[in-house]
Amino acid sequence: MIRFNLNSKPVEIDVDPNMPLLWALRDILGMTGTKFGCGMAQCGACTVHLDGQPIRSCVMPLSAIADKEVSTIEGLSASAEHPVQQAWLEHNVPQCGYCQSGQIMSAVALLNEHPDPDDETIDSYMQGNICRCGTYPRIKAAIKTAAKNKQSAFDYSLGKEVGGQA
Amino acid sequence: MSTNNDIKSLSRRDFLRYTSVAGGAFVLGTILPGVSPVWAASETDDSSNTLNLFVSIDNNGTVNIVCHRSEMGQGVRTGIPQIVAEELCADWTKVNVVQGLGDEAYGSQNTDGSRSIRRFYTTMREMGATARTMLEQAAAQKWNVPVSDVFADNGMIVHKPSGKTLGFGELAKAASAQHVPQVKTLTFKSPKDFKLIGKPVTSVDLPNVLTGDTVFGQDVQLEDMLYATIERCPVVGCTVKAYDKDAPLKVANVVEVIEMPKQHFPVLFKNLNGVAVLANNTWSALQGRQALNMQWDLGENQRHDSAAYLADLEKRIVTKGKSIRSAGDAYTAFDSANNTLSATYTVPYLVHAPMEPPAATAVFKNGQCEVWACTQTPQSTQQNVAGALGIDKSMVKVNVTLLGGGFGRKSKPDFSVEAAILAQKTGKPVKVVWSREDDIRHGYYHAISAQHFQAGLDDSGKVTSWVQRTAFPSISWTFTGTTDEPQTGELSLGFGDLPFAIENLSCEVHKAPAHVRIGWIRSVSNIQHGFAIGSFVDEVATKAGISTSDMWLNLIGEDRIVDPKTQGFQYENYGESYDNFPIETKRLKNVLNMLLAKSGANNSTSENEGWGISVHRSFVSYVAVATKVKVENDKVTVLEMHSVIDAGRVVNPDRVKSQQEGAMIFGLSIALMGEITIKEGAIEQSNYHDYTVLRMHQSPKIVTHIVESDAAPGGVGEPGVPPVAASVTNAIYHASGKRIRALPINKHYSV
Repeated sequence: MIRFNLNSKPVEIDVDPNMPLLWALRDILGMTGTKFGCGMAQCGACTVHLDGQPIRSCVMPLSAIADKEVSTIEGLSASAEHPVQQAWLEHNVPQCGYCQSGQIMSAVALLNEHPDPDDETIDSYMQGNICRCGTYPRIKAAIKTAAKNKQSAFDYSLGKEVGGQA
Repeated sequence: MSTNNDIKSLSRRDFLRYTSVAGGAFVLGTILPGVSPVWAASETDDSSNTLNLFVSIDNNGTVNIVCHRSEMGQGVRTGIPQIVAEELCADWTKVNVVQGLGDEAYGSQNTDGSRSIRRFYTTMREMGATARTMLEQAAAQKWNVPVSDVFADNGMIVHKPSGKTLGFGELAKAASAQHVPQVKTLTFKSPKDFKLIGKPVTSVDLPNVLTGDTVFGQDVQLEDMLYATIERCPVVGCTVKAYDKDAPLKVANVVEVIEMPKQHFPVLFKNLNGVAVLANNTWSALQGRQALNMQWDLGENQRHDSAAYLADLEKRIVTKGKSIRSAGDAYTAFDSANNTLSATYTVPYLVHAPMEPPAATAVFKNGQCEVWACTQTPQSTQQNVAGALGIDKSMVKVNVTLLGGGFGRKSKPDFSVEAAILAQKTGKPVKVVWSREDDIRHGYYHAISAQHFQAGLDDSGKVTSWVQRTAFPSISWTFTGTTDEPQTGELSLGFGDLPFAIENLSCEVHKAPAHVRIGWIRSVSNIQHGFAIGSFVDEVATKAGISTSDMWLNLIGEDRIVDPKTQGFQYENYGESYDNFPIETKRLKNVLNMLLAKSGANNSTSENEGWGISVHRSFVSYVAVATKVKVENDKVTVLEMHSVIDAGRVVNPDRVKSQQEGAMIFGLSIALMGEITIKEGAIEQSNYHDYTVLRMHQSPKIVTHIVESDAAPGGVGEPGVPPVAASVTNAIYHASGKRIRALPINKHYSV
């Protein structure tokens, strides 16, 4: 039995501890907002936060997350009020949308670490997230908008002030 | 506009049949262009069975608009309803988009060929105007006033003299009883009054994408569902010799091991030979699969080696081929030219690699099959599933999920066929999950190709002779198993439709047998043809000592309509009539001139930097691209890209812009790094680490310019791709003096 917190709620599941978190989220817990893209930490579609840090859930065994806090796209803000979601809306970022959960989770982590990132910082932080539709220019613009909006006193941390409830 | 109104007032039950969604009080349906000729031949009025349903208005004012095309990021679930809602004068906030099921009554639902808007623009406007007219008639009747005194606005009918209003919902029932007006009596909005068409309406699916509340093919979950993963033969045509059936079953949660039905050529959309492992979750299925210990009979295609194959094509392409279009005598003119040059260009195999690997879920019960799939082609899915299961296609229901990218991969329904076979064999719901490795190794590949060009110039730098040849394995092989040379449809994609005014011309093809499943990928054969032509024009310009843009303008020549048929080529023009969508040199030159003005591509650059341009007509739209690069320390950096698109009238400029941005990036992936190689018949790449695609740090500043036009809408999804590769290699040449003729660029420089 593995216990962890998922979007601030306790969860326990009884599966092989070697199973990557991605498949536990999707197949066992029915949380399909986190996407499968490559299975080897190459594309970033499965990005979630583990104790606030962005990780690729497709290569993270359940054994490594016991008793930790996992945050997924569903926990960001169900009404899309998080400033990163709002910036995504403002720039009309997504095309097919499949990679966007991962892009958004990476962007949130980026802004937690670098509240006012320059182009180089964005490029280096976000290059682990592939978008085959080619929304990179808009992602970059949206991250800058979110950074600007953040200065109007917003706490980016997941589960605080904004959303937090799946 | 057509003369007869094929729009009918229908029942809620009809709406339900085509959408699985309960319809409102007022339901209108129509026939799309290109629908089955059976109905066209019959004059009877039991047509509700073959009608395509588009609009239904609920009593609460919700306007349901059916989108029968697949959403894969191009914005069609927003663009199609925008057109209907515009003429209907609907309140956009009350529009609900309903995804159509796979049904031949829709006519072709194949969401490929960049044709959703261009094919249905007129029909959608007629539908909206018809519904609006019937609502106006209903209101006039209720108020007992002349219909000329009422008008529709933002989801309401307004009585002009008094200002009183009735909502669409309040009128829905009465509207359904109105006489359907003739098309010739309909009034249409003037473009200057458009509130939705031509406006950057936000995608209807956007809010759900931001919260993860979306269902893609990979996300479908049914009760008691099994998750299947399939080990497929590494070489096309190979067969299963032996495997360990028991070992996977020892893995926890694995419940079945099933050998897929043995298939023969042609490959079509059949399953590949192999063995499926089914479990209670994806990961257990993948673990079980590793224990299969497969042994194969590899068959003939194990001798295929892409490097050797390309070398052979390059050897043959310099020799005279079979002519498909000619004018004058290109060879005599070449021999007597003062200056000549020739060049061979190659493009490797490519694969789609959409972010969402293919996935399909199927249930088989009581002789019927229901499928949920991220498919671009629900009807082909219906037909191929029916064929594989040996049932009538009316017994197959296809639900279209969102598509996590398509690019052509998801118009091949092989993955749905696999799910259906396993659902039939197990009697349970089965989801077939393709891994990324499956996607890279078992695709329908963009054909490997070689192109050879030669030109003769006179003293003044005028091109007097032009020979172009192409060779690549044909998509048709996938369907015939025997085709061994490019077909007219593929040659119509940027080769036989060369828009140049050259007196002596020869367009030729060479044979090229196929050894893997060949498919179509975003812009198809325009990829290699656009690369080769765009590169060669740049080379000819250098030879003549003039700018590349001047050479383009010289070659294109005066304003005219180019008709390749007059030179013997049976040009297919993307299935469009030549009267409506001819090759207009004026538009081609216009996008080029606009590009130069907007980008500054003819200005000088800093050292080690250079601009490259190219221009191409495809999917009846015109696109010019300028790319600026820096070449330093054996590394190419793409600094900025500009594109100009003339796609006629544009429904949603923001989605056109996003498609252009995406096309630049898709084209950069092809140009800089796209390459599938094959050894002993098997694909050598497996995931994004060795089949690399563009990442953010490689993505340049991108500027898009859209030509304002009231011409009929052309394609948007694909036309941006073809000019990209040549613009990049031309820029590299102008920055460094090094000419790259063999893609991808990362074989020559780091990127």
